[in-house]
Amino acid sequence: MSTKRQVHLAAHFPGVNNTTVWSDDRAESQIAFSSFEHFARNAERGCFDFLFLAEGLRLREQKGRIHDLDVVGRPNTLAILAALAGVTSHIGLVGTLQTTFNEPVELAEQLATLDHLTDGRAGWNVVTSSDAFHGANFRRGGFLDHADRYTRADEFVTLARELWDSWAPDAVVADAAGGVFADRSRIRDVDHHGPQFDVRGTFPVPRSPQRHPVVVQAGDSDEGRDLAARQAEVVFSLHTEFDDARAFRADLTERLARVGRSEDELLVLPGATFVLGDTAADAEERSRAIRRAQVSPATAIAFLEQVWNRDLSGHDVDGPLPDVEPDVDAETITRGRVRHVRDPRATVQAWRDRADAEHLSTRDLVIAVSTRGGFVGTPSHIASEIDRYVQERASDGFVVVPHTNPYGLDEFVDRVVPLLQERGVYRQAYDDGATLRSTLGLPGHVLDRQEVSA
Amino acid sequence: MSTRPVLVTALQGAGWHPAAWRVAGPAARRLTSLRHWRDVVVEQDRAGTDAVTLEDSFTAGPLNQEGDLDTRTVVGRLDALLVASAVAPATRAVGLVPTVSVTHTEPFHVATGLQTLDHVSAGRAGWRIQVSPTAREAALFGRRPGGDDAATLFAEAREVAEVVSRLWDSWDDDAIIRDVATGRFIDRDRIHGAAFVGEHVSVHGASIVPRSPQGRPPVFALAHRADAAAFAADAADVVLVTPGGAGPSGSAGPTGGPGPSHGAGLEARGALALVRDAEQAAGSDVRRPVLADLAVLIGASASEAADALAALDAAAGSSYAEASDAPVLATTVPELVSLVGDLASLGYAGVRLRPLRIPEDSTAVARRLVPALVAAGLRADVASRPTADLRTRLGVAPAVSRYARTTADQEIPA
Repeated sequence: MSTKRQVHLAAHFPGVNNTTVWSDDRAESQIAFSSFEHFARNAERGCFDFLFLAEGLRLREQKGRIHDLDVVGRPNTLAILAALAGVTSHIGLVGTLQTTFNEPVELAEQLATLDHLTDGRAGWNVVTSSDAFHGANFRRGGFLDHADRYTRADEFVTLARELWDSWAPDAVVADAAGGVFADRSRIRDVDHHGPQFDVRGTFPVPRSPQRHPVVVQAGDSDEGRDLAARQAEVVFSLHTEFDDARAFRADLTERLARVGRSEDELLVLPGATFVLGDTAADAEERSRAIRRAQVSPATAIAFLEQVWNRDLSGHDVDGPLPDVEPDVDAETITRGRVRHVRDPRATVQAWRDRADAEHLSTRDLVIAVSTRGGFVGTPSHIASEIDRYVQERASDGFVVVPHTNPYGLDEFVDRVVPLLQERGVYRQAYDDGATLRSTLGLPGHVLDRQEVSA
Repeated sequence: MSTRPVLVTALQGAGWHPAAWRVAGPAARRLTSLRHWRDVVVEQDRAGTDAVTLEDSFTAGPLNQEGDLDTRTVVGRLDALLVASAVAPATRAVGLVPTVSVTHTEPFHVATGLQTLDHVSAGRAGWRIQVSPTAREAALFGRRPGGDDAATLFAEAREVAEVVSRLWDSWDDDAIIRDVATGRFIDRDRIHGAAFVGEHVSVHGASIVPRSPQGRPPVFALAHRADAAAFAADAADVVLVTPGGAGPSGSAGPTGGPGPSHGAGLEARGALALVRDAEQAAGSDVRRPVLADLAVLIGASASEAADALAALDAAAGSSYAEASDAPVLATTVPELVSLVGDLASLGYAGVRLRPLRIPEDSTAVARRLVPALVAAGLRADVASRPTADLRTRLGVAPAVSRYARTTADQEIPA
């Protein structure tokens, strides 16, 4: 038996941002079920641990209007995952779902349903939000203080687990002769009273195959990392550079130790793009072409506007950066996405210096500064890099983020997966009837382990 | 309106009779599996049933006389919208109509979930709109005290129906342009915010889901009394009624008298009139398809069916007919064919059958009733029936967006 650490892979359905090249000749509908079905079946062909889907709660805006340069529009996360349950057999199905704009009993009911429908392949990427922009589409609006986001998320997950645990595994007896469908003594009513939630009564869904869908966390802030250490089983990270990834993993390991969990109880999967080529030069060339397709002239201007925080629609992207200074006082013009720049004046200065030094046009500068987290090379180079990250504990694998929908993952499955299998670091096939948690090689349930360590 | 009676099968647990699970065999242990639901729905799809409805609620099940969960009947279930989505890829033509409550849920999630079902089923989604009136459900959410009166619940439901309808219309059919020259994926002038501010709910923006194949999946509402009929006239495309439903006070057939009668009964006329009056009062000139809800146990003979029902009642310890809101018929295929014909001649668009036993009676509907209706000229043969979206199958007019540009706005080709 191999003593090598095993690689875990997730397939990110192409998102509504400029990573996804919708202008590609082979790009298909982002909403047709056929796209999702192809993507999921292909990921399953590649023995991926799970398929990952982001969530939309409001269309993104720039300058007070819907941002129209990227893919816009996507399905409801739970409904599309349920439909994919009907066309897959082994792959995990993980969706991003808010703790702010949902109520625990309903979301727990939906996730338990998904776990039943998939025979134990459901996962939940727990995200938080507090802003009034998204809140405007929901009953309670932007009701939550920023500081309470993680308090609510933590209590939400804890309460969801109480609900999932409330039916004993053997509660349904279906004793036809005795006329007893379920043993009432094995169904516990929940009686939860906390700062965020007051929930009382019988949970509507019997115990699901995994008991708890696998909990994923993606927040990178201090509170996000602490929440991951307490509650998560997989972290979807942004840290793709080797040293950075290793430092992030080490940080999480420390946080895990503080709550009595071991590093084997939490998988860290950085999200990354992969561009393949027959030679290194060929891969570089393809990567450059993809970057130019991702940063159209209009996208380059939109990107500048997010930093300058002002209208730059007349700017020539083939020329130098704009002369005007960023507007740091006005309300932000970009809404519905995370703002990456904390000090616009310093950022602009750094960009001007770099553009001068490297003789870059506006568009080339945008391409240069917005490129992150990608692997470019031959299939064997990429397979060896993935292996290196995993053996040297920088990550437990990756969330593969393709450039095109729905065929963007095919090449990775055809050319990289077999090399990982040859290296003995990636499964040749799924285990029969495996739950997502056992596919991930995770030891048990967070709650069980907390009970043991308590 | 569709010329042939519409046939809808109402799916719930092991069937509508509280003791049905005791005769369901191994299915009783599989009620939370995809396999069970796929088997049951695929059977309806192959037979040519127009749609299935899927019941839902946030309660784990009914209460017994002591006010505790009644575990002598089926308790625990799955989310209906997600079950419908999961069986969609395995089916071809049948409409999928989950119950989705509007009382404690977010209209935005309700709207996008149903749009997604419409996408994955290629235009076969419907929505059974329902309120969640019980204090038990309110306590599971813990956001409001519960015990809201019917008027408040219906007022909230009207707002949710309106905002969901606006969200469904929020993307024009041609909003996605993929214009490489300008770098624009969408024409944002073709996407419209819901801009709804109500007393109970408010939603500002557009849906995240592009317009679905039907635009607006047809909305089903149950109109068993005047306020519900008024709500249905405001919010629904298809109305379900329970003619001759006895409720606690006694049992009667839908066309008057016990069991199916061949005359045109007052009960059935009255139930239909309730809907037509509500439509008139609402100033609506649309005559919605009205389906009669009938709970059915189908036997080889009337006496066999009656015996089977009596046995189920004995097992349950009470008469289901006395508890059901819809008429409970222990009947045969020929009697049902005749009843469907009678209801059609009264002006009903069709029936929604609630099988007392699943799979036994749902199978009888698919394999025996449907062919008998075809033979009686009351349905087209599956092979000759064109696959269409659910609105078309139900005789509901296509959904024209409230934002649709009029012909005058559009370029007229030279």
